[in-house]
Amino acid sequence: MPERIDYLPMQPTMPPSRRRFSATAQRDTALALVTLSLFIGVTIAFPQFAQPTNLAEVLDDSALLILLALGQMLVILSRGIDLSIAANLALSGMIAALFNRSFPDVGIVAVMGIATVSGAALGAINGLLVWKLKLPPIVVTLGTMSVYRGCIYLLSHGTWINDNELSRGFLSFVQVKFLGLTSLSWIAIVASAFALAAMRHTNSGRNFYAAGDNPSAAANVGIDAGRMQFIAYTLCGAIAGLCGYLWVARFAVAYTDIALGFELQVIAACLIGGIAVAGGSGSVIGVLLGCLFIGVIRNAIPLVGISPFWQMLINGIVIVVAALLGARGRERGRVILEPDRAAP
Amino acid sequence: MSAAVLSLSGIQKSFAGTRALRDAHLSLYAGEVCALVGENGAGKSTLVRVLSGLLQPDAGDIQLDGRSLRIGGVDHARELGISVVHQECMVFDNLSVAENIFVAGRPSQRRLVAWRAMHERASVILRQLDADFDPDMLAGELSVAQKHIVQIARALTTDARVMILDEPTASLSHREVSDLFRIVSKLKAAGCAVLFITHKFEEIFAIADRYAVFRDGTSVGDGQVSDVDRDTMIRLMVGRDVEQLFPKLPTTIGEELLRVERLSRAGEFEDISFSVHGGEIVGVYGLVGAGRTELAQVLFGLTRADTGNISVKGQRVSIDSPAQAVKHGLALVPEDRQQQGAILQFTIADNICLPNLQTLAPRGFLGRARESALADQWTASLQVKSRDSQQNVADLSGGNQQKVVIAKWLARNPSVLILDEPTKGIDVGAKSAVHAVTSEFAQRGNGVLMISSELPEIMGMSDRILVMRRGRLRAQFKRSEATAEGIIRAATDA
Repeated sequence: MPERIDYLPMQPTMPPSRRRFSATAQRDTALALVTLSLFIGVTIAFPQFAQPTNLAEVLDDSALLILLALGQMLVILSRGIDLSIAANLALSGMIAALFNRSFPDVGIVAVMGIATVSGAALGAINGLLVWKLKLPPIVVTLGTMSVYRGCIYLLSHGTWINDNELSRGFLSFVQVKFLGLTSLSWIAIVASAFALAAMRHTNSGRNFYAAGDNPSAAANVGIDAGRMQFIAYTLCGAIAGLCGYLWVARFAVAYTDIALGFELQVIAACLIGGIAVAGGSGSVIGVLLGCLFIGVIRNAIPLVGISPFWQMLINGIVIVVAALLGARGRERGRVILEPDRAAP
Repeated sequence: MSAAVLSLSGIQKSFAGTRALRDAHLSLYAGEVCALVGENGAGKSTLVRVLSGLLQPDAGDIQLDGRSLRIGGVDHARELGISVVHQECMVFDNLSVAENIFVAGRPSQRRLVAWRAMHERASVILRQLDADFDPDMLAGELSVAQKHIVQIARALTTDARVMILDEPTASLSHREVSDLFRIVSKLKAAGCAVLFITHKFEEIFAIADRYAVFRDGTSVGDGQVSDVDRDTMIRLMVGRDVEQLFPKLPTTIGEELLRVERLSRAGEFEDISFSVHGGEIVGVYGLVGAGRTELAQVLFGLTRADTGNISVKGQRVSIDSPAQAVKHGLALVPEDRQQQGAILQFTIADNICLPNLQTLAPRGFLGRARESALADQWTASLQVKSRDSQQNVADLSGGNQQKVVIAKWLARNPSVLILDEPTKGIDVGAKSAVHAVTSEFAQRGNGVLMISSELPEIMGMSDRILVMRRGRLRAQFKRSEATAEGIIRAATDA
């Protein structure tokens, strides 16, 4: 038996290291400054924008986007994409609504549980197809996006479930206020805080980064990148499912087309927030800033009185600019040539 | 002598019909460094992947401390105390250096990652390796050599009883190599069994106690390093009869077709000068990563040289794109047949016709009949084994796929054909067919530049042999003067 080699003393003396400002932190700061100046600009022109009640509304309005973007972030980090996220939301929301219509007396926690489990199952289907059958994520989720929407039609026979068919508890939960913020806002805040901690400070969170960064290197250190993708899709699905209930409760209606096309806004928030589509890079802070950026613009545009189509234009430009910034300096060739040792 | 810590016997492993390991034996002893040597493709890397738990052998016995076992996976290998530093860069560019080092087992406190402890321990390990970079840096900002140090540091985080270093010095500078040797000596002194894979003979004699030689997936010799000399080892490595059946046809060397003068491309190769004449096959030998493929890419216009000149048939030319290269009569059969050579989802006919569309359709319209005629002519002359020319290339064997890639260029009648590892991973029959076609092509007065890591192929086919090492041309041999020992020596720094 070899002796134990102690390469790892616990209390070494270290010179203070020069803390480096990572590229991610730089990008997050830039986005924070842009969002902040946007906010200040709007506030100067329309002081009522900065009223606490209005800000609470902006947060309430952004809460669903934040929750979904956190789920989508996990999927993109692990080198996938989930186009079915809004369809999953709509189907899970419909299931929750149908359940509530049939059993109006069952408590709200059970309804949320059903929506979350339904969403997780739908996400797991995506995950299994990507992991076990090695199908391209964009193809899988483009397919399931349509399948899930189709299922809503089958379940609801194309009818709407309106507020008069839903229980009072079902509808009022999202409007319950605590310290001036809605429960919907609080869910987003708690989820964000949890994501911030988990993605930075837990092994599982870090493994998402490793798996998406370099899958073959991940395999070499015992991280199964495919399994991480499966977990990401399942978690993303669970969030989408919960958001399904929240969406139906907030807008007080469930039908086939709710949140139609919302997946694109969710993906946009992630990309604006600096999540690299190549996987393995991006931060929770970035995603939150991306959501706030979209939220501020969306809520400022009616005040400024310009067409909402400007929002699409601005979002689009920001995505392209973010992509440009991300692409710069990534190209670095491998080095074969070594300097010749001094010639005689 | 004490018993082996780890011993392998009769290990076999095949991939899709190719036998990477036929009969591999290896014993590693505590406190000893064993050097594993062999040519490219001798099965060294496959063996490493078996030992690291990434591959399961088809047959054979692995014993740790005299007990037979199966290495179930990467985690299992680590639990058993087997640490591997892979040849390829296995780092995570977006993670910090410290996290890269501890990625398989991050220090944690109450189930949360203890970043400070991780940072501190990483600093200690890096200092032991005399690395002067910050553990908080992103690994993506490091040089290739520094990334290797990170991998070595990662291997040091576990109590390794067996440490496998797969060509760890391939991208290290002189100083870094001596730092590494110091670490290896430390490991040795602590009773670790080290497997050191290298191409550099001076390293074997500097650091290793034992050696093992692999050839064609088989162990062909082992023993104490003190009992052998360099030449014996080279003979073991090369081994086989170089005068195997290579259908090399006699040719007359004609006029100069391609001339390369002082060609350089930053970070890839430097000061390369040579020429290819009509009727001549010029072989380019070197280890993987010597800059040969990069040279071929510049000649074919895929990348551009920084300095230097290329002349075709005496005319100075500038080649900015593959289209221009083709116009000047060059053709490239790339190394990666499946990704770059053939379009797998296309039929044989479509693949062969692709570079020849202008001739086939002078007025812009293609006729099925003319396409088939051209394809049939070439599949017949290269003896492509297929149902007909409408079969998808994906359905063919590797050898036949390669014949299709060669056929598509021959149909254009180039004057210089550049072949990059033309027989890599194809069976013996297809190999000699490819050789025959190449030889006939040269005999018709054309030039061939053939890049290969297979010494028998280089020696059997070439009229002249260029040897590259680390991006530079190190030696040239005429066919009559070339010896296996001389070529290996030039390619490996021996």
